Amino acid sequence: MIEFEIFGNKDTRSGFGEGLHELGKNNSEVVALCADLIGSLKMDAFVKDFPERFFQAGISEANMIGMAAGMTIGGKIPFTGTFAAFSTGRVYDQIRQSVAYSNKNVKICASHAGLTLGEDGATHQILEDIGMMKMLPNMTVIVPCDFNQTKQATLAIAEHEGPVYLRFGRPVMPIFIKPDAEFKIGKADVLIEGTDVTIVACGHLVWKSIEAAKVLEAQGVSVELINMHTIKPLDKETLLKSLAKTKCVVTAEEHMRAGGLGDSVAQVITTEFLVPQEFVAVNDSFGESGTPMELMTKYHIDSQDVVDACLKVISRK
Amino acid sequence: METKELQNIASQVRRDIVRMVAQVSSGHPGGSLGCADFLTVLYFDTMKHSHTPFSMDGKGEDLFFLSNGHISPVWYSVLARAGYFPVADLGTFRRLGSKLQGHPSTDKKLPGIRIASGSLGQGLSNAIGAAETKKLNGDDSFVFTLHGDGELQEGQIWEAAIYAAAKKVDKLIATIDYNGRQIDGDVDDVMSLGNLGAKFAAFGWIVYEMDGHNIDEIKATLAKAKAGSGQGKPTIIIMKTEMGKGVDFMEGTHKWHGSAPNAEQLASALAQLEETLGDY
Repeated sequence: MIEFEIFGNKDTRSGFGEGLHELGKNNSEVVALCADLIGSLKMDAFVKDFPERFFQAGISEANMIGMAAGMTIGGKIPFTGTFAAFSTGRVYDQIRQSVAYSNKNVKICASHAGLTLGEDGATHQILEDIGMMKMLPNMTVIVPCDFNQTKQATLAIAEHEGPVYLRFGRPVMPIFIKPDAEFKIGKADVLIEGTDVTIVACGHLVWKSIEAAKVLEAQGVSVELINMHTIKPLDKETLLKSLAKTKCVVTAEEHMRAGGLGDSVAQVITTEFLVPQEFVAVNDSFGESGTPMELMTKYHIDSQDVVDACLKVISRK
Repeated sequence: METKELQNIASQVRRDIVRMVAQVSSGHPGGSLGCADFLTVLYFDTMKHSHTPFSMDGKGEDLFFLSNGHISPVWYSVLARAGYFPVADLGTFRRLGSKLQGHPSTDKKLPGIRIASGSLGQGLSNAIGAAETKKLNGDDSFVFTLHGDGELQEGQIWEAAIYAAAKKVDKLIATIDYNGRQIDGDVDDVMSLGNLGAKFAAFGWIVYEMDGHNIDEIKATLAKAKAGSGQGKPTIIIMKTEMGKGVDFMEGTHKWHGSAPNAEQLASALAQLEETLGDY
């Protein structure tokens, strides 16, 4: 029986806020910048306790990213905070030149990623950010799955030298990663062991995949679930070890099909170990206003879509 | 440093610039020649800096950011002549595998460069960040920048301009290469900046103007800017220059913004520029 201990329900952005506050206490080189979204990014505690290390950039994301890159000169570790849409597409050129090409130790922390931002609609629901960020040389891309893991990832990236894109979100979701779990950048978690199909998921789709695995288990299908929290560098070893056993894969993410986790997995399997793959992702479409869960259903990134994809990919073996 | 000595260095820097771009038939001589006097004064007279060894963090040093990265030839020449790397390396400019990339970068670890530039409008933000870090580190050194006038058409410059004034980034001295020309023609024709001094003053900056080809005036203005800093306001110097300065056929036109001289033109240019320190 697939069972997970649930440690409550929270949003992943709050995990970022707690992690950042803890970094404020433990690492005097950490500084934070925000573009007029302190509350949304849950940066309030850091701002209150470490005001001298907080930099309010106003609604000027390009300047914020450029400043963050400059702040590394002299040893600071800047964490920038704004919505994912404004953390990436709006400032791609600034990230490309001042952060990635210059290989600066900037942590780009992005909330409200994907459809689950909800009612604000498509202007804010970025679904291309993983692709944009993973294409940049030097950039590490991390999409943690729940509150605890987002906090652990926030702490871990401060210890990592180099540019990082950390993506998290707004909806309140179950917490199922243990509070004391070890988070290692580039090392995926095998959350469920199984033999019939491998699901590789990130972010909110990890919980949706747990729900799917339970449904499939009831139908006699044995699922192996990999939480691929680091999209880049991708943990090929864990992936290939699982595929050797299951011989098929479903990728699941709250992102566009093009450019996301599924693309990264496809590149591995087409070059190293060819097996059928199905994608649970948004298919070349903008989002719209709605509740997070309504949107996940409408745009086919819900647990039922993971179930359907698993059954289909198994039939293609 | 004595004025004559600075003039000699600037003359050699101009020779370096035209030789560098001519040998690879590419690069940006116009703006480079126009900023040779300024960068010579900055590195040989004004800034407190060290190249032994070059420190990326630059703690306790004045820092310089070249925001208009396309005038890399003048920066590379000044850095080499100041001892950051061998002058012979100038001969590798824009060649495959060189540390002297077309636009300045850090990935090949050229001493003296702290961040990439080329895509315009980013250097002021970078400099503000570096200045904020200096403040946190209790380091009262200066941060200098250089920008093209056409570059000021980028919106990010004005985001940074608001920030620096609002947050009292007051050890920052930005200079504008005000030559009035950009790739497509005169700045006034492409998209006029209007009254630039009044704009920055309205944004809350201290504004100075200077002749970018008068060594004594550059020295004096930079000294005045330093002396007047630390009072809660960022500083900008609008530096009047001539694109292509020192090579007669490159002056008075925007055509040498991004074009290299041929062999005959190079010979003509070198005949106008005294070799003072020895060619690389």
